[in-house]
Amino acid sequence: MSVPDATSPDATAPDATSPDPTSPAAGPAASEQGRRPSAARADLRLLRSEMALVLSRRRNLVMLGVLVLLTALVGVGIELASSDGPDGGGGPPFLATVTENGLFLAFAALTASLPVFLPLVVAVVAGESVAGEASNGTLRYLLVTPVDRTRLLAVKLVATVLYAALAALAVSLTGVVVGLLLFPVGDVVLLSGTTAPYAEGLLRLAAVTAYVVAMLTTVAALGLLVSTLTEVPVAAMSATAIVVVLVQIMGQVPQLSWLHPWLFTDGWLRFADLLRDPVADDGVAGGLLLQLGWVVVLVAAAWARMTSKDVTS
Amino acid sequence: MTTPAPAATRPAARSTPERDARPGADADLAVATSGLTKRFRGGQVAVSDLDLRVPHGAVYGFLGPNGSGKTTTIRMLLGLVAPTSGTVRLLGEDVPAARARVLPRVGALVEGPAFHPYLSGAANLRRTDAADRTVDPRTSGRRIAAALDRVGLTAAAGKRFRVYSLGMKQRLGLAAALLRPRDLLVLDEPTNGLDPQGTREVRALVRELAAEGTTVLVSTHLLAEVEQLCSHVGVMSAGRLVAQGTLADVTAATPTRVALEARDREGAARVLAAAGVVGVAITEDGAAGELTAGGPDPERLLVDLVGAGVGVRQLRLERGTLEDLFVDLTGEGFDVRA
Repeated sequence: MSVPDATSPDATAPDATSPDPTSPAAGPAASEQGRRPSAARADLRLLRSEMALVLSRRRNLVMLGVLVLLTALVGVGIELASSDGPDGGGGPPFLATVTENGLFLAFAALTASLPVFLPLVVAVVAGESVAGEASNGTLRYLLVTPVDRTRLLAVKLVATVLYAALAALAVSLTGVVVGLLLFPVGDVVLLSGTTAPYAEGLLRLAAVTAYVVAMLTTVAALGLLVSTLTEVPVAAMSATAIVVVLVQIMGQVPQLSWLHPWLFTDGWLRFADLLRDPVADDGVAGGLLLQLGWVVVLVAAAWARMTSKDVTS
Repeated sequence: MTTPAPAATRPAARSTPERDARPGADADLAVATSGLTKRFRGGQVAVSDLDLRVPHGAVYGFLGPNGSGKTTTIRMLLGLVAPTSGTVRLLGEDVPAARARVLPRVGALVEGPAFHPYLSGAANLRRTDAADRTVDPRTSGRRIAAALDRVGLTAAAGKRFRVYSLGMKQRLGLAAALLRPRDLLVLDEPTNGLDPQGTREVRALVRELAAEGTTVLVSTHLLAEVEQLCSHVGVMSAGRLVAQGTLADVTAATPTRVALEARDREGAARVLAAAGVVGVAITEDGAAGELTAGGPDPERLLVDLVGAGVGVRQLRLERGTLEDLFVDLTGEGFDVRA
């Protein structure tokens, strides 16, 4: 075997007859399969690479930073308003209770960011997912590596949902920390009037955060679908965000009340039920089931598109 | 007299032993398509009834003007675009059905390199390698370093892709194709954007890989490149394959041009025509025509000319070049096909 370049033995040897014993990757391309990692490990490796890609974009980190900042601003704003005088009581849910228990800042911030900010950042990452790869041409190289199209779609969806989880966690953790700094904390008075220890409050916050992530999964699936339809990431992002806003507007139109139970935004703020004692779980379960239905429909459409399209980008 | 010197020997030396070189191969062709056709949704036929035949071990020059369907063909070979009809077999396996099995053995550069602009060259290769589920992640670092070294990009490995020059981008694309040993390389315009040194390096690299037994399908429109590098050629025009075979066979089909300088131009032209030279024309300083297969012997022609007393000063034979053939097959036109 002639290895013209001693520094690159494994990249230069598609020669079946004399494998180089010193280099485990040498040999014909076919024999590589003997050392092929397990499917699960290979999938995990691609997912890690995908997450690294998402988190290496400065824009995606800035969006997380903005969510942290917004939550902190809500806290500061409430603190300033409450020092003016104890005439609170109006305004969005939870805002009034924040001054009594800092933990409620997390709930208030989630409530405030769920309709617009959280879906927006998820729409940006989801819209980028496939269309971004298509627009800079890397999609064709991923597919000839080869990455199975279904597998690629799954990895993109999971990575987007993980980013959504980071976004939701950024809001709730900032809420907890800023709440600790600015407001009194202690036992939590639940919406049903009973009192629970602070630790249980944290546990319930974790459940609420998980519920918010489940709601954002639909946005991720929607963004993924739109992202398979275009090669322009910005178009995919804005289309996704616009649909989310439109659906929420439809949810406000009384003439469409027959449609409301089927809108994917319908159960979004039902997480308040997780703050009752006992937990009113039928509303939450209904919300989750509706999201599941939407996610299945949207992912199926994205899959149908992804596996049949000609990649000419 | 200009003769593409390597053409005479290289294909002959290559075309026979290439089957024995790979006893494990389950088909005698590395790339075989039959009746491959792509009609896009607008009704435009990009590729029509293509029977591509690339033998194992060949360096196959895939030629054709812009818009002749080369890239669409390559995309179909790699399973990116679904054919309207026809089949593709790569390394003896059906594409797209068996692409998960066969594509890891195929390295590709399709329509220019593409990477994430804000990642470094090495990070981009890590990403490419992570996507390949058939390689050992433990050898990833070493294979990436080796591939970067092989294309001479080690010094720029840490720079962001967006600041790479066109030539560096092209090199990184080649490095990605060489991240692991391949049985087949599909290279679409691999020397695009490279400086003369880079072009030479790529040519040497392709030769080296071919010598190791890798089959190479290289699309290009640099005809000089093909004459130096390829054992086989296929020429596309308007979506059809208009010529295919070993370089020697294909260029043999082009007529040899005979041009002479003489005192009596009309007389010389008459002698040429009488001897059976076709397309005889009077030129500025003599006459010229084309010798077709089975036409007169050039030595005989010279005797006739001297005998006729037309005052021959020079007789030149110009063997058909690939460029003549190319223009012959695909037309002179400068316009891109609609």
